Amino acid sequence: MKFQVPIGPQHPALKEPISLRMTFEGEVITDADIRLGYNHRGIEKLAEQKTWIQNIYLTERICGICSHSHTSCYVQGVEKLMELEPPRRGLYLRYLVAELERVHSHLLWLGVAGHEAGFDSFFMYTWRDREVVMDLLETISGNRVHYAINTIGGVRRDIDEQQKAKILEGVVTLRERSEYYFRIGASEPSFVGRLAGVGKLPKERAIALCAVGPTTRASGVGIDVRKEDPYAVYDELDFEVPVSDSCDVLGRVVVRVKELLESYKMIEQMIRKLPDGPVAVKAPRRAKPNEVVSRYEAPRGENIHYIKSAGGDKPERLKVRAPTLGNYPATVEMLKNGFIADIPLIFAAIDPCICCAERTVTLVSARTGEETVVTMSDLRRRAKARDSQASLKRNAVWPF
Amino acid sequence: MAVLRTLLYLVVYPGLVFLFVYSTFAEWFDRKVYARLQNRMGPTHTGRSGLLQPIADFVKLLCKEDVVPEAADKTLFNLLPIFGLAVVATAGLLLPVWNFSLAASSPASFAGDIIVVLYLLSLPTLILFLAAWSSTNLFSTIGGARVLTMLFGYEVPLFLAVLSPAILANSWRLAEIAAFYQRRPVLILANLLGFVIAVIAVQAKLERTPFDIPHAETEIVGGTLTEYSGKKLALFRLMADVEMVVASGLLAAVFLGGFPGGALLGFVYFVVKTLFVIFLLSLLRAMTSRIRVDQVVSMAWRYLAPLAVLQLLIVILLKGFLS
Repeated sequence: MKFQVPIGPQHPALKEPISLRMTFEGEVITDADIRLGYNHRGIEKLAEQKTWIQNIYLTERICGICSHSHTSCYVQGVEKLMELEPPRRGLYLRYLVAELERVHSHLLWLGVAGHEAGFDSFFMYTWRDREVVMDLLETISGNRVHYAINTIGGVRRDIDEQQKAKILEGVVTLRERSEYYFRIGASEPSFVGRLAGVGKLPKERAIALCAVGPTTRASGVGIDVRKEDPYAVYDELDFEVPVSDSCDVLGRVVVRVKELLESYKMIEQMIRKLPDGPVAVKAPRRAKPNEVVSRYEAPRGENIHYIKSAGGDKPERLKVRAPTLGNYPATVEMLKNGFIADIPLIFAAIDPCICCAERTVTLVSARTGEETVVTMSDLRRRAKARDSQASLKRNAVWPF
Repeated sequence: MAVLRTLLYLVVYPGLVFLFVYSTFAEWFDRKVYARLQNRMGPTHTGRSGLLQPIADFVKLLCKEDVVPEAADKTLFNLLPIFGLAVVATAGLLLPVWNFSLAASSPASFAGDIIVVLYLLSLPTLILFLAAWSSTNLFSTIGGARVLTMLFGYEVPLFLAVLSPAILANSWRLAEIAAFYQRRPVLILANLLGFVIAVIAVQAKLERTPFDIPHAETEIVGGTLTEYSGKKLALFRLMADVEMVVASGLLAAVFLGGFPGGALLGFVYFVVKTLFVIFLLSLLRAMTSRIRVDQVVSMAWRYLAPLAVLQLLIVILLKGFLS
């Protein structure tokens, strides 16, 4: 029996709207189709109307989890455009927050993976321990989610000895807990039985489909911008890129937990090596006409910002390639021949950030399934026409 | 007078009112244990330590809008929740905690009542399947198919495991089986393996993690009960609670030596022993992750069924050795 099931745009497994159109035969997936465009916010267009400084706070809002990744990526690029050299202390603090953010993002993902697999105890435990790193981020920046610590030419806040001690203390707890999760994730039979062999992505397919981040590293490809193209402070730090050869969801769990342990190592090194001096330099208001590509290893994979300046106080163009977008083609490949029960796991295993990857809206006719591209003014005209021709007039009155 | 007594038996104790109160308490206990194992608080707000929370949830669901899908088979869709609750409540009447008298065989305690309880406990599975099928929702249909697929896995091991103590006790009457093990408590140990199998199978029957596959929310939304809302959903939830109480009561009667000591002491035993079984069920729920439906069937036939046969063999050999 062949049938189609719409997973999304509204579905309990999805935290954000996206449509996965699955074709099943019995419990086995034969075809998968991903549809985007339910959460488009027009951020790239908005960025063209805001100044360099204002855009930091805009890019921060591209993602609710790796907010610092997007600002860092943007700020790195703008600093290159403006030929600014941020002070060492500022850079150390920026990437200290980046690693703490990776820790919080991976712990969050572990919980989500546990929940999608129906292992709610794991979810509750990881999210409890995530509070430790959230508190650390709050002591550094004053905020739990949107840290707003980056500025062009450095960071906005310094840390003192007391905060340093607190971070080191927190890292000890987190390391202990992460090792415990590693043991659970690799040994609890029902959990391993659910994850092992699910969502296979062979090495050559991972390379061919340009997958990024932990998804590729779990397929045995050790790509990591921090190692390959070390930006700012990463060439001064001692760390490894965890790789797994199992090519399945279990491998993605293992890679992420190992990455957590590497991040703790980096955090400790950065706190110990933290140089003295100012945290920021003053940035000019305008950038010379030029273009730049900035790469950054976000928790979900490689984040790329392309920034073009026309010489004014606003960017001419800001193009964001969020890591999730790079992983979609691989996801379709992973979903095929899986079971219904594996859909949420496979999809969650790329750690999707749906709103990060929204760039377009497609207009699909509900009757014929025909897709069209329309301009905004045309869309508005059609909406007005439809309203005037509607047989039933709704006299909706704004109550206030 | 006899009519009044029967009426009280059916409606008040141990009938609907008592089962309602006790099953909501059992649900509270389960939720609280599950929450504490997960480092959460569980219900705290309604009543002392949240004791009234399940009742509040039930009342809330009763007040909610009740939607029947256009395409659904309306008669079946409307009748099944009531039928399901009636079936499990009937099974509850047969437990040997209120029919402890061995001498008189009554309508609620007779030779073969263990089979009737098992049969009545199998019916909710079919009712859930029919409910899923009659609601015509795609997710429900998948859930319904999963309910039946799982049934093929756990039902045989459950029957084998529950019937082996009965074979050792040489009786098919719950009260007599319990009395047998009360006389010779050491023999309870012979059925330990069967108890473990039965707890796992009951967990599957109650569709709780790791067997919550028919209503796995991250995969198929509400699963079997996607289209149910309001009163009908409330009845189905109550059905699941009563089923949990009856199933744990059955396990306590068969494997844990029943409920000795007459009406009052027997009742205390009933509460303690059922809560113990529910505690084990909650523990299992907190410690595991949901598995796939094909894994349930293969696990049941690869491990549970052979072990249940082994238990049967142990019991038969032991019986020959004792006589």
